[in-house]
Amino acid sequence: MSPRPGVVLEVDRSTPPTLFWHGEGFRLEKLPVGSRIVYAPEPVSPLANPDSAIRQALENPLGDSAPLSSLLRPEMKLTIAFDDVSLPLPPMRAPDVRQRVIEAVLQMAAEKGVDDVQLIAALALHRRMTDDELRHILGERVFNAFAPYGLLRQHDAEDPSNLVHLGFTDEGEDVEINKRAAESDLLIYVNINLVAMDGGHKSVATGLSSYKSLKHHHNVRTMQHSRSFMDMHHSELHTSNWRMGKVIADAGVKVFQIETTLNTDTFPEQFRFLQRREWEWALADRAGFFASSRALERTPPGLARKIFHSIKAPHCLASVQAGEVGPVHARTLEHVHRQQLVTVEGQSDILTMGLPFISPYNVNSIMNPILVACLGLGYFFNLYRGRPLVREGGVVIMSHPTPWAFNPVHHPSYIDFFEQVLAETTDMFEIESKYETTFATDPWYIHLYRTGHAYHGVHPFYMWYWCAHALSHLSRVIVVGGERAAVRRLGFSPASTFSDALEMAEDAVGRNPSITHIHTPPLLIADVQ
Amino acid sequence: MKALVFERQLARFAASRLVSDLSGSGRGVGVGPLELLEVEPPELPGPGWVRLEPRLAGICGSDIATLDGRSSRYFEDVVSLPFVPGHEIVADVRGGPKDGERVVLEPVLSCTVRGFEPPCDPCRRGERGRCERISFGALAPGLQTGYCADTGGGWSGGLVAHESQLLAIPEEMSDEAAVMIEPTACAIHAALRSERAQAGRVLVLGAGTLGLLTIAALRSAVSPSLLVAVAKHPEQRRWAKRLGADYVVAPAEAVRATRRLTGSLALPVDGSVIARVTGGLDVVYDCVGSHSSLASALSVVRPGGEIVLVGMPGPVKVDLAPLWQREIALRGAYAYGTEQTATGPRRTFELAAELVATAGLEELVSSTYPLERYEEAIAHAAAAGRRGAVKVVFDLRRRGDRRLGGEKENR
Repeated sequence: MSPRPGVVLEVDRSTPPTLFWHGEGFRLEKLPVGSRIVYAPEPVSPLANPDSAIRQALENPLGDSAPLSSLLRPEMKLTIAFDDVSLPLPPMRAPDVRQRVIEAVLQMAAEKGVDDVQLIAALALHRRMTDDELRHILGERVFNAFAPYGLLRQHDAEDPSNLVHLGFTDEGEDVEINKRAAESDLLIYVNINLVAMDGGHKSVATGLSSYKSLKHHHNVRTMQHSRSFMDMHHSELHTSNWRMGKVIADAGVKVFQIETTLNTDTFPEQFRFLQRREWEWALADRAGFFASSRALERTPPGLARKIFHSIKAPHCLASVQAGEVGPVHARTLEHVHRQQLVTVEGQSDILTMGLPFISPYNVNSIMNPILVACLGLGYFFNLYRGRPLVREGGVVIMSHPTPWAFNPVHHPSYIDFFEQVLAETTDMFEIESKYETTFATDPWYIHLYRTGHAYHGVHPFYMWYWCAHALSHLSRVIVVGGERAAVRRLGFSPASTFSDALEMAEDAVGRNPSITHIHTPPLLIADVQ
Repeated sequence: MKALVFERQLARFAASRLVSDLSGSGRGVGVGPLELLEVEPPELPGPGWVRLEPRLAGICGSDIATLDGRSSRYFEDVVSLPFVPGHEIVADVRGGPKDGERVVLEPVLSCTVRGFEPPCDPCRRGERGRCERISFGALAPGLQTGYCADTGGGWSGGLVAHESQLLAIPEEMSDEAAVMIEPTACAIHAALRSERAQAGRVLVLGAGTLGLLTIAALRSAVSPSLLVAVAKHPEQRRWAKRLGADYVVAPAEAVRATRRLTGSLALPVDGSVIARVTGGLDVVYDCVGSHSSLASALSVVRPGGEIVLVGMPGPVKVDLAPLWQREIALRGAYAYGTEQTATGPRRTFELAAELVATAGLEELVSSTYPLERYEEAIAHAAAAGRRGAVKVVFDLRRRGDRRLGGEKENR
């Protein structure tokens, strides 16, 4: 039986309460009659034999690319770059799809006698991963074969000796990427396209670049003109990356792109109710929900966080394609859309969302208030194609505890950004002009980024800019159940209950507003007609 | 006349200390050695002395420390009991050729006041705060009016003062402004104590009266390139910003803010916490004077930098290893005298009067109390920051005898 497509449910009197994620917990909320709930399509069927599919993709590349085996030769310099721990969410059960692909590539390289092989984690300005995280992504065999010999590296965007400036785009954007990658005879990029935003030229042009390069597209203007990030044809972020991709290709960097998509089988058996539509909950789902909720109510937040971050998703490989970047990515997007696209008729006055415990930037860490804002307004708001789910001047209501809490090892500059910059202003352009350079060049943040497990000093700015489109579009953002001081520091309005939030929203959108709830995760893209 | 008298009563002294320990600063006054008594006005010690009738008299942090029983035993030899506290005084002269003149008192009891001729070296240079003879001469020991058995103090219906201690105040200046001149003079003197502060990066720890005035003094007299204030309470934060701080941060954020604002590295190296910065600020003005404030100052000052102790310290236990290893200078800043300015030497009180007028510092007087309600007044002053207040003063004016400035909240 083929998986069911996504659906838009109109709430009536018989509709059961709707599950909202609420950080490391859940809330059941009764949406007003007439509200719409957008549900993701069910997970597509996985590839029956993923290893065989991977080999097939490598040998039958798309676009203007020869089969991988014919690109490999003994004396060549080969670099394999791969996406970091920010993908997929939650992290997938072993073996990770990157392990499968890289093992296949290495097998092929070994058969062809390639000796000079390095692996590079494409961190961009993300934190360095721990050995355990790398082991999980690459598997023990690959890790043990490369890491002890210094052949498994994590891209260092602040190491001038290992960056090379390849030139400028037509728009005058610097293109500076990892030197080893640029000077290799072949650069193989192994990606996971969890959402439509990932992949394509963004993989190399962003993942292996420096602040000098990134700042050309990670800025307020670009973010405001990316409508949405999930629709590359209307995303200035992607347009800039594609320009950079051309410069990279023109500089002679030969990229063999391997993109994968996963199905949306997101939660293990004990959390299976999270994957189901509430009116279809079986007794076991209801029991699972109540048992989990009760247990979480009595669990200290730190422990609850540990429990949730230990979840390994049963994601399965849904597609793999390899070859030239453009054609590969076009095929990848078809697969992402097949899995995630849901047609929605028109916009609403209010968009509601429940925010989970995890975002790309707090794997094994704390979802601090800036990441809450980014997940809600940067990611979930942008899960659309065409037009946003909420009308201009509308309201977003999101549910999350939003604790005033930070991981000082992962997010040191976030603390300063929140406590000092946002205390002064929430205005994006003022923040960008007044503070960004100082944070980006701060030697302490650079030290922690290079030697510890810290996000780059400029990263909280990007998370804030990520909200730019939403904040210029909306008249109000309300957070249900959030720590009030933290919510206010973000410039949002705190509400104790969902009904309070609806009442507050009426000030902006009037009485009897139309409401849409985006029921995610699992992930979806609303194709708003 | 009525006067609040601080007497040598060890049992009450101990009780006050105990209650303030248990219930909070300023709460032990009712059981302590301070009592409202009917007393005779002090005798005029000799020629050149006049009687003063206080109009307003401030409650200072050092007064509260004394009443709490927390001040250092160092002061035992430089005060004489019983004394009437109160050294922030605006008063009317009573008797003599200056009868009726409104004056502010410069309370240091230095050589001239004590009848020494020639004066000691510091006094000859105009550095009255450094006088070497504050326990000698014609008066009982006492570093200032308000701590001397012979002079009386501001928390009373009358005291005596030497003509050299008086600064006439202009007609247009309100009593509330005038009562701020003495603490402002302390702040100006402190601000000018460090040459490193000029165009340097400075931090003011504490935003009580002295901290806020130090911010104002730094902004007006020193012009640091960066002025950071550490303030605990919302009203203090508002004032710190208004008086010229570039950044105002909470105490818990001080080290982190310093690191960011100075572009310094920090320790420990893994960044799991930020205990102290490796670079830091040129000068830290410690306007609290506690062991924790001194420790905070040491964690944010740069190698070769300077800490100026503005708030009155007591016995403190602090790790001085960073002071040694980073060659940090620790400097006291007490009282006032004469300051070197671009236009030559000026009396600190004159500079203070100008700053009070230009910066509108009279607004820092938050509440006034009659002498009879001294317990409430002192409790209020001790909790001023938490209660949204800055300076609490005793109002000793007769009804209908207020000059300019209007009446503040009179409790």
